Amino acid sequence: MTRKQKRTTVIFGALAMLGLAVALVLTALSDQVTFFRTPTELLAAPQENSGRIRLGGLVETGSVKNAETSGVEFAIEDANERVLVRYAGILPDLFREGQGVIAEGTLQTDGSFLADTVLAKHDETYMPKEVADRLKEQGYWQGEEVSATQ
Amino acid sequence: MIVELGHYSLVLALILAILQTVVPFVGVKTGDDRQVAMAPNLAFAVFAALAFSFTVLTWAYVTSDFSLLNVVENSHSQKPMLYKITGVWGNHEGSMMLWVLILALFGALVALFGSNLPPSLRAMVISVQGLIATAFTGFILFTSNPFERLSPAPFEGNDLNPILQDVGLAIHPPLLYLGYVGFSICFSFAIAALIEGRIDAAWARWVRPWTLAAWIFLTAGIAMGSYWAYYELGWGGWWFWDPVENASFMPWLAGTALLHSALVMEKREALKVWTVLLAILAFSLSLLGTFLVRSGVLTSVHAFATDPTRGVVILGILVFFIGGALILFALRSSSLSNGGMFHPISREGGLVLNNLVLTTATATVFVGTLYPLAVEAVTGEKISVGAPYFDATFVPLMVPLLLAVPFGPLLAWKRGDIYGAAQRLYVFAGIALVAGLVTLWFATGAPVLAAFGIAIGFWLLFGSFAEVWQKSGLPKAGLSKAAARLSGMPRSVWGTAFAHAGLGVAVLGIVSVSAFQQERVLRMSPGDSTELAGYVISFDNVEAREGPNFTEDVATFVVYRDSDPIATIAPAKRLYTARGMPTTEAGIHTTGFSQVYVALGDPVEGTDQIVVRLWWKPQVTLIWLGPVLMMIGGLFSLSDRRLRIGAPTPSAKRRETLAAAE
Repeated sequence: MTRKQKRTTVIFGALAMLGLAVALVLTALSDQVTFFRTPTELLAAPQENSGRIRLGGLVETGSVKNAETSGVEFAIEDANERVLVRYAGILPDLFREGQGVIAEGTLQTDGSFLADTVLAKHDETYMPKEVADRLKEQGYWQGEEVSATQ
Repeated sequence: MIVELGHYSLVLALILAILQTVVPFVGVKTGDDRQVAMAPNLAFAVFAALAFSFTVLTWAYVTSDFSLLNVVENSHSQKPMLYKITGVWGNHEGSMMLWVLILALFGALVALFGSNLPPSLRAMVISVQGLIATAFTGFILFTSNPFERLSPAPFEGNDLNPILQDVGLAIHPPLLYLGYVGFSICFSFAIAALIEGRIDAAWARWVRPWTLAAWIFLTAGIAMGSYWAYYELGWGGWWFWDPVENASFMPWLAGTALLHSALVMEKREALKVWTVLLAILAFSLSLLGTFLVRSGVLTSVHAFATDPTRGVVILGILVFFIGGALILFALRSSSLSNGGMFHPISREGGLVLNNLVLTTATATVFVGTLYPLAVEAVTGEKISVGAPYFDATFVPLMVPLLLAVPFGPLLAWKRGDIYGAAQRLYVFAGIALVAGLVTLWFATGAPVLAAFGIAIGFWLLFGSFAEVWQKSGLPKAGLSKAAARLSGMPRSVWGTAFAHAGLGVAVLGIVSVSAFQQERVLRMSPGDSTELAGYVISFDNVEAREGPNFTEDVATFVVYRDSDPIATIAPAKRLYTARGMPTTEAGIHTTGFSQVYVALGDPVEGTDQIVVRLWWKPQVTLIWLGPVLMMIGGLFSLSDRRLRIGAPTPSAKRRETLAAAE
């Protein structure tokens, strides 16, 4: 091979690799991205939100109960709406009624939300940032500044 | 009083760091040897000032000096001594202190061990280190001062976040920072080379041990963090593709690429420009990681503070260093001469493939980590990019590299013989194929991908030793001769073999857990038992206990195999009294490489039942044993004679060829 051929091989290899990566990234970003929704946004357009969703809001006070055989049920609420969430796993340590939470999963046809992951805060002064931002927009929650200062 | 001395020492460190930046630089530029010679002493002085300052802060924690705001917010007099000390870096201000302390440590180490460097290069490297130290010491003093007083002093502190009160956390940040910040040396060497406009194989020889050392620490830090998250968070996961994890993973990927490209540069004088760029990128990604973690743009367990001015200042520092370095690179890289050519199929070609894949993979992680921030900034839509994205991009990109790894060391420099390499590898390919088929056969219903993954793991594990095997001359040579040959082999050959095999071990663990783990979530009363992966696990009782700064309910589970009790597992729910914060302590029983993992949920109201989550994690410990092997490989390479004796002056003949090449 000549010098030029060698260089061309390397450049083509690099371009092929980059092309593959770009294709993979674009496909993944169009399929695998999870949107954040509040109960109001979710229920306003259930069809558009049929994919994987991160549902965020406050845990409605008095709504947490154990389901018949296993798992728990609770409601996530914001200023206008509430959504019933079903979850089969173990709730995080800092999951509490009246506090911010994010449930990840899909909206069911009966209007309930089946979660496979529930995230609460890691720290008692911490509110999930997305939740705090949206609830403030709605004027529903005026807690202290979003802060994880320990 | 002592606290004021610590504060003063921090100010002194800032001034000395400015001197460390200016004096050696001016000295090199004006050719003033006295100023050049001052560089090492200035580096020592900055380190001494910062070390004193850090010691004072630690002292304040140890003695629970609640007149310091930082101590009040993160400590408690009842906290065990170990966590009083590690609490120093369990918060924003203290962890930035640790960051600059380690930065200054590396500056001082260059000063100490750099006596065989050309004086002007050493001075320039120390000067760039000084500039970074100036920026971050200034950042601490002006936005995150840990020595701020509080008056009147409260009687008790707020305690450290309980999930950070753990031995894993005690060592995770220092290890991670030794890695992260260690790349600053490569960065400083790259900038110095660009300013001096001169770079050669000797440069790569000086840079490689630093890269290797930083890489070993970063590997340890990431693996430690992963294991900490696994047992402390109680979620049973070992990697979440959380932005903060990615922040440490990206410099690791770039650093791994740098290790390999510096090899080409050292041996063949090729890939010079590329290696310099990678050295800049590795540290830039470390800075980006610091920004992501410290600025509060992300919410995670690491996001201590969300004071917006801090984020802006770190962003400023980030833009200055990365932007400045890239501009310098654009202006000066053409002055670096190009090295030797090589055939695409050769050792160099293999290392280029390694670099291509690792940098592309880094880019996909980068996109996935920053895309949500970009989308939110542009459209206001809040999205998250999780594991499915990375599984669909990072994983398929890495597969060709994993397949190619065993070939690399078998190819000759300049022009390799791929058929020859394949001939020497077919036995190992056979082992891998058998392993894959066995997986398919025994694990009924195992996904084909899992079998493929297991095969790749075995291929890497055994194929990595192909070079060692071949050099030993076994089985023909006989044992004694083989042993003599092996002991005479350069340590770097062992280093490569162990590091690559470690990758294979980690792959085996990852595939095994992803494909074959079993999970059960159920409600259990004392006396209940359940079956999991051939074990019977029975729940005996719950008992309340008192810890030093917490109370806990400890459950006792007994694991039976064939109705013989083989282990007791004691997961717990803790309540840290100072903060009123509950945590979950997972209970783990290790058998072979596998683990039974038990986490407690909440009690079911009105009954004596507790929600229990049980996992069977087959071969899970391989995930962390792999990185341990990689580190051992790194240590072997580091102890190689070639690096240990530093960079010898080239022989007269070689100097001529070097001159001719330029």
